[in-house]
Amino acid sequence: MNDNLIIRDIEFKSRLWVGTGKYKDFEETKLAIEASGADVVTVAVRRTNIFDNKSENLLDFIDPKKYKILPNTAGCFTMEDALRYSRLARETGISDLIKLEVLGDEKTLFPDACATLQATEILAKEGFIVLPYINDDPIMAQRLVDAGAAAVMPLAAPIGSGLGIRNPYNIKIILEQATVPVIVDAGVGTASDVAVAMELGCDAVLLNTAIAGAKDPIAMATAMNHAVKAGRLAYKAGRIERKLYATASSPIEGML
Amino acid sequence: MTLTLNGEKTDIHDNLTVEGLLGYLKIEPARVAVEVNLAIIKKDDFHNRVLKDGDKVEIVNFVGGG
Repeated sequence: MNDNLIIRDIEFKSRLWVGTGKYKDFEETKLAIEASGADVVTVAVRRTNIFDNKSENLLDFIDPKKYKILPNTAGCFTMEDALRYSRLARETGISDLIKLEVLGDEKTLFPDACATLQATEILAKEGFIVLPYINDDPIMAQRLVDAGAAAVMPLAAPIGSGLGIRNPYNIKIILEQATVPVIVDAGVGTASDVAVAMELGCDAVLLNTAIAGAKDPIAMATAMNHAVKAGRLAYKAGRIERKLYATASSPIEGML
Repeated sequence: MTLTLNGEKTDIHDNLTVEGLLGYLKIEPARVAVEVNLAIIKKDDFHNRVLKDGDKVEIVNFVGGG
């Protein structure tokens, strides 16, 4: 049975989405993404290096025909900047998808909820497929869906922190209420964090630093590839209830 | 004329379109988005948007990010 993730009319082959930042070089980026099995890669919008036009371009290594390119608004601290970056991203002609980040604070990189909500509303009206990065806040998730978000992307923990899911109960509430896909974004540290997110029932996980910052990024990308699949299967399989006391696995009957 | 090109003052010849500028800089138009004085220039308009002295031009593309 097809278990692919669908957002609006876009079908995603992988439930692991990966970033392209912080790698040693484009070659390592390419190898890690291949090993991760992801078919969605996030990118940032920045000034072209106009005085060195021979410098390599990321899209020479990440083929937009093979991968879905998800531009972000990373680094934007105001709604106006986030709108500007989103519109520029779309103008490249790659896609209408936007991973909307409007940051509220440099130290935590937590999202500015009010600005994110306003930007989501405006961009959704302009026809963008808006995937907003939010705190693990069930009320905010609802508001964003009402504003036109195509999915919500609650953080596991602060960006790049590697702490894993800090509040699985809030993520569960978001999942219970959500009428759009829920993608855990940011704060994942290792494979088990990805498995936990998927076992909770999240639709996908987006990560960057956990792979790019690992001692062996290619090996970690492979681990993440397995973890997302294992977590998804475990979720679909339906785990046993947690109990305080033991239940024997071997029968009493037939004992001497 | 003088343009502010990605934040840097740059002297360049007059009567240049956005398409002409990208060609001069050897930048592939398909890969970038262009903004002149904070307004996005559609790719279809690259060939007829003439740049003027003092214009602030931003040329962006995608880089690695999370």
